Amino acid sequence: MKLLKELSKRGKNKFDIEDDINSEVEILDDKYLRNDINIPDISEIELIRHFISLSRENYGVDNGFYPLGSCTMKYNPKINEEVAKREELKYFHPLTSIEYSQGFLKIMWEIEEFLKSLTGMDAFTLQPAAGAHGEYTGLRIMWEYFNEKGEKRNKVILPDSSHGTNPASSSMLGLEVIEIESKDGMVDPDKLFDVVDENTFALMLTNPNTLGFFEKDILKISKILKSKGALLYYDGANLNGFIGIARPGDMGFDAVHLNLHKTFSTPHGGGGPGSGPVGVKEFLKDYLPYPVIENNDEFYYFSKPAKSIGKVRSFFGNFSVILKAYLFIKELGFEGLKEVSQIAVLNANYIKEKLKKYYPSQFDKLVKHECVLSGKIYKNFGIKTLDIAKRIMDYGFHPPTIYFPHIVDEALMIEPTETENKETLDAFIEAMIKISDEIKNNPEVVKNAPNTTKIQRPDELKANKELKVKW
Amino acid sequence: MKFIPHTQKEIEEMMRDIGISSLEDLFKDIPDEIKIKGKLNLPKPLSELGIKNEIENIFSSDIPPKRIFLGGGAYYHFIPSTVNYILNRGEFYTSYTPYQPELSQGILQALFEFQSVLSDLTGADVTNASMYDGSTSLVEAIFMAERIKDRRRLLVANSLNPEYQEVIKTYLKPRNIEIDYIDFGEDGRIDLDRLKNKSKDDFSSLVIQSPNFFGIIEDIEGINKIVKDKDALLILSITEMLSLGMLKPPFELGVDILTGEAQSFGLPLSFGGPYLGIIQTRKEFVREIPGRIVGETVDRNGERCFVMTLRTREQDIRREKAKSNICTNNSLNAIASLVYLMTVGPEGLKKIANLNYKKAHYLKQRLTNEGYSLTFSGPFFNEITVNLPFSYDILKEKLSLVGIEGGVPLRYYGLDNSYLFAVTEMNSREDIELLICALKEG
Repeated sequence: MKLLKELSKRGKNKFDIEDDINSEVEILDDKYLRNDINIPDISEIELIRHFISLSRENYGVDNGFYPLGSCTMKYNPKINEEVAKREELKYFHPLTSIEYSQGFLKIMWEIEEFLKSLTGMDAFTLQPAAGAHGEYTGLRIMWEYFNEKGEKRNKVILPDSSHGTNPASSSMLGLEVIEIESKDGMVDPDKLFDVVDENTFALMLTNPNTLGFFEKDILKISKILKSKGALLYYDGANLNGFIGIARPGDMGFDAVHLNLHKTFSTPHGGGGPGSGPVGVKEFLKDYLPYPVIENNDEFYYFSKPAKSIGKVRSFFGNFSVILKAYLFIKELGFEGLKEVSQIAVLNANYIKEKLKKYYPSQFDKLVKHECVLSGKIYKNFGIKTLDIAKRIMDYGFHPPTIYFPHIVDEALMIEPTETENKETLDAFIEAMIKISDEIKNNPEVVKNAPNTTKIQRPDELKANKELKVKW
Repeated sequence: MKFIPHTQKEIEEMMRDIGISSLEDLFKDIPDEIKIKGKLNLPKPLSELGIKNEIENIFSSDIPPKRIFLGGGAYYHFIPSTVNYILNRGEFYTSYTPYQPELSQGILQALFEFQSVLSDLTGADVTNASMYDGSTSLVEAIFMAERIKDRRRLLVANSLNPEYQEVIKTYLKPRNIEIDYIDFGEDGRIDLDRLKNKSKDDFSSLVIQSPNFFGIIEDIEGINKIVKDKDALLILSITEMLSLGMLKPPFELGVDILTGEAQSFGLPLSFGGPYLGIIQTRKEFVREIPGRIVGETVDRNGERCFVMTLRTREQDIRREKAKSNICTNNSLNAIASLVYLMTVGPEGLKKIANLNYKKAHYLKQRLTNEGYSLTFSGPFFNEITVNLPFSYDILKEKLSLVGIEGGVPLRYYGLDNSYLFAVTEMNSREDIELLICALKEG
């Protein structure tokens, strides 16, 4: 496909805008002015065709099954998109006087209430722009808490199955990361006990974890940390695994972040925008970033908590994303949200049961929202999990997450979500079984996959070595 | 409303295949004592029609003034219809981070083009595939400079957006990096003498904003000379990216890292977000830049294609040694800004920028004709700071009578009677006259 630059010719673009000021104004000194703007010059029809063509070379949930583990690629309800694109929002400036933004603040205040209820936490901030931003914010709140108490704790403990953002967020605060080995795919309380001491800042835990397992010893884990004064952080990426069934706030977690773009159905936009609200227990409430929303007899306003960590971004949060999540909760209600996790878990276990003998991993037990299988038995045939992922494309599906978590060799991490029906799952299962046959009988077809996509097996080494990041 | 497609019969079949007798069995590994008993306090579910009616009620209570003179980090600009049209493509907005390039060439090429167009606009060698917003990209730039220079002090121009200053403080406190401020002079620009007095090798970088929080255009070239004499890096933050339609490309003036808020390029104001963070740098620092970068390559058949590149900087590969924790970014908004820039084109961008400049200067003319004075004397783009003889409450009341929102008070600087007004292509001459009238009244 051509690049915009290759379509460009001076004078093609006919954009215009009226100037209703007919008097002269002072001019800006030449030394500040640019000579030329060297961006592509194309006509509107070319522009539309260009981007429509690009969109046709992209695959989203609207195109088909997208079982990318840990990403919760569920259906994005269209009504939510429509509401979030209303005219009122388009031109609503964040610094507009508070008396005009009562409806917006009400939505934010109410969703905080919903999230408190769903997680068992005592207070929320909606400001973080994404999950990792939420992690940073949550840890930063904890940091302020310890700092105020005069405690210099610097160790963050992570299971070896944790998301990469966990250690990266810890590093941003200058904290040291200690990884502990999992036992049967879960945190081993004995090992944890051995590493937790007076220098332990927190344990960051994803629950269900990235293998899809519920951390069954969570209460014991929480006790171990508390006994040394350390805190427990909840990475909410996998909340789809028990939303409406259990709450992190009841498991001993002190701070949590949620990914509205996962559990609460807001779209991922090819990488973002997202939203990563952070919830805390009462004792951390005063440290939340400002502003927080207050409600005085149905009048909503902003205030600054007493010991606030400060601001973590401009304005108040990714409002239009928050709005979509708010609508999702309103559409489903409690029973509907409970059904979300029930069916998400049903789907994940169904896939696991049907595929475990074809793609066995070292674990076989009840999973929550996702299951992790492995392609390691096919290494003998010269087939890597990457090849399997590419072959899945030929069957019309987006591949699962691969090579993560690292503790499963040749991992295939499959998260179907609740919005996929049995027919889709069966078709995917059938394709996966066929691929396993192909590996045994005709491995070349897998090694050479994909065959149906427009481009095939890009040279990533070349991209790195010859680094071309603009035209 | 529910989005679960299963029939009851299918659910039963699936349960049988798994070997369970009820959906509750799927959660038997969760201890009973932490299971939710009964129902949580959440509203009753609504149908699509029910939702629409309720939203109508909520939004109809907020009818803000239609004449907006607010700026200060978010701007009231025209959004062409093409932007929404493209954003509505499900192939784009319902996709994830392009981990599988074969199924993501659309997003990848669009991001490569976004990087290229933004680099063209500012003269940068590298633009990443987007950040959260202008304030958080600035923090990442500061961390970059710290890694490059390995010094524990940072200089910040006090004319930087106060919100951004607050964000920097939050992020730097645990890192033990000291912040030193450079004040502004009567022209509203950074005080060059104070900068000259700073010692060499003392700070990693100087952060400036231009046009700054007061709308004033800084002498970037002059500032850069001094910064380079001190062997430090110059970080430029731009909150009004539209100014680039008129002003010199910053990398030609010596800037090392540019961060920006690109909401002005086709993104709705949306009560504060999501917007679009920009981060750019020169070639030599490419390995220090955070977040995703898309690069060009070829596939096995020699076809040109695009992939995420320099991945070893990122959290999913390098974990605690990553350059940043950023994962989710603002790709869709990056595409929106690309569509915006291509819709207006090079000439249109210049035209809109010039019109913003002209309208803001027309307001200045009208204000000075009426005897009001500007707070600062420096050159400005589309924001203007004016001294008014009344309090913020009185100003708000006067403006609301004629349906105007505007005048951000400069309380942060102790300038109690100074107010910031932004003027864009959306403000008609009539709006400006109305603003003048409102100020004069009473």
